[in-house]
Amino acid sequence: MSPIRNKRGILYSNALYTFLAIIVGFCAGAFLLAAAGISPAAAYGKLFNGIFGNAKYMTWCVVYASPLIFTGLSVAFSFRTGVFNIGAEGQFVVGSLAACTIGVLVDAPAPLHALLCIAAAAAAGAVCSAAVALMKVKRGINEVLSFIMFNWLAFYLSNYVVNLPAMRRTGGGEATKDIAESAVILAPQSVIRITGCPAANYGIVMAAAAALIIWFIINRTTLGFRLRAVGCNPYAAKYGGINADRAVMTAMSVSGALAGLGGAVQTLGMSWRLSQFAGQEGFGFQGITVALIGASDPVGCIFAGLFYGAMKYGGTKLSLVKAPAEVVDIIMGTIIIFIAVSHVFRNFFTSKFAKEKGRECE
Amino acid sequence: MNIWIKDLGLLINAMLIATPPLLYAALGSCFSERCGVINIGIEGMMTIGAFTGAVTAYFTGNGWLGFVCGGFAGAAFALLHAAACISFGADQTISGTAINFLAPGLAIFLCKAMFGNSSDSPALDVSSKLPKMLTGVFEPGSFGYNALSTYYAAWLAFLLAGVVWFVFFKTRFGMWLRAAGEHPQACETLGINVFRVRYLCVVFSGFLAGLGGAYVTLATVSQFRPSVIVGQGFIAIAAVIFGKFNPQGALKACLLFGFCNGVKSLIGANNAVSPNLISMIPYVVTILTLVLFVGRSRVPAANGKPYVKAR
Repeated sequence: MSPIRNKRGILYSNALYTFLAIIVGFCAGAFLLAAAGISPAAAYGKLFNGIFGNAKYMTWCVVYASPLIFTGLSVAFSFRTGVFNIGAEGQFVVGSLAACTIGVLVDAPAPLHALLCIAAAAAAGAVCSAAVALMKVKRGINEVLSFIMFNWLAFYLSNYVVNLPAMRRTGGGEATKDIAESAVILAPQSVIRITGCPAANYGIVMAAAAALIIWFIINRTTLGFRLRAVGCNPYAAKYGGINADRAVMTAMSVSGALAGLGGAVQTLGMSWRLSQFAGQEGFGFQGITVALIGASDPVGCIFAGLFYGAMKYGGTKLSLVKAPAEVVDIIMGTIIIFIAVSHVFRNFFTSKFAKEKGRECE
Repeated sequence: MNIWIKDLGLLINAMLIATPPLLYAALGSCFSERCGVINIGIEGMMTIGAFTGAVTAYFTGNGWLGFVCGGFAGAAFALLHAAACISFGADQTISGTAINFLAPGLAIFLCKAMFGNSSDSPALDVSSKLPKMLTGVFEPGSFGYNALSTYYAAWLAFLLAGVVWFVFFKTRFGMWLRAAGEHPQACETLGINVFRVRYLCVVFSGFLAGLGGAYVTLATVSQFRPSVIVGQGFIAIAAVIFGKFNPQGALKACLLFGFCNGVKSLIGANNAVSPNLISMIPYVVTILTLVLFVGRSRVPAANGKPYVKAR
């Protein structure tokens, strides 16, 4: 590859601008910290130490990342097919609810039990999302509106189930009983011992596998082609003989199932029970960020999810230096807004580059 | 008989608590959506408005000043959204999502920085909250006290709905803004500055969302907490879609929400049914109403599309 093409490749690529966006985000955070009288160096030092400090921290970051990769994939998949899944939040909640209910109430041998929970979570998420899709297709109801309603229905349903006598743990705590040991998806004891993280689990393996499968579906199958076609232009797709309604139903069901799986990973891998919510947990909304940073690409979502998971876990350490953990939100927000306007810089640099290239040709 | 009147009073009271913040934000959302800019960031703008309102009122002791400052804080973030979406042609959903991280994050960050690492602002005393009307006329607990002795700002919201309707459908600016949301190119050929119209509308939508947020902290909750807004901005957006992007429709949707909220607090009073199930009422009613009666709502044609001026 000639250096010119190489340079153009870099200037056109998403990765460069995402990287720049992350730097800008950290600068904005530093500025704010300094304005509040907190040393940015101390805060970021603590943040990075909390992420990379030792194997235990790094494993925790991965544990935090797994459910976010799933919700990120869910939103990314919906973006690619022209729907905006703002309901990943609710699908995540019903997913974790289904996994927790099966995990507490059903008795089954070890690997089967976990698989049952995971299947139930995916089904719950898919049903939740398919209901919204059905209302969109049959009655033309804007999916953003019904997703927002479903988020709250899932929220209260979960709190209702948590407080049912069959589910609620005896003795203090607004939470369910712990799920049966046969339903837990923890990594083998040796991994837990080496990393020192008691919640090390298979979630990341599942997330990576899901990302690759989704990548394959979108890019290498006729189903993926149909869904993308409807996402780009439903009228053209219809003209080309694609059943747009069915494509929307399929896409939203898959998207919902992915978010539901995220809930299962969180419940079976890390929390082992469901607590009563005080407010929305935000996994779905954080999934939107993951999808945006990952440029709606399934493989990009893995890295974006790891980044967000690390920031989320590292952020919990910030209180040790009396820095508000919300600086992470501000960094994330700045990153997204920079990514949103990055095409302006891209046009600027690439047009400049085109001029340079023109001169070289002369 | 008496108990019915009293219950009716409580119902109206609960409606008047729940409806105004949604209505302010929904009217704001109308402005933005109708001029062609999707504003998912309403939620964040409400949160920063709630924080700014509470803090201003806490330091100055003036509820109205806090209310207006809350509006300006929302407008500031709306300006950021407008700059990204209108001048830089950014994806409007992405920019709105960013606002929903930035504004609440900044609100809680500043709150912790100002009040010794506490994410709650100090409680406001009655004199620094928004004033109520007809105080001392009715005895506490009577119908009149519950239904009529409410905040001026609550009735202002309903008044504003009428004003916004008038602006939308009876003034030249209203026609411009609707045209900018339907066919900006045609607008531009008539010599209307689409950029300016959209900037004005988006900034004003943030101002109204900020007022809605400030209403929550200055009237209902009397302090800022991270959980004070959570979700209301999205419900306001839902109300606008429900109301088919019209101010009068949004008003109806917000009233329906407020009414369900009132029913919720009436039924919830005797604890016979799980409060979690009762809390689902507004959402179930919304979905049923949509499926059974409302149906398809037409999104403004140019909504979500960045406008690029022809050379």
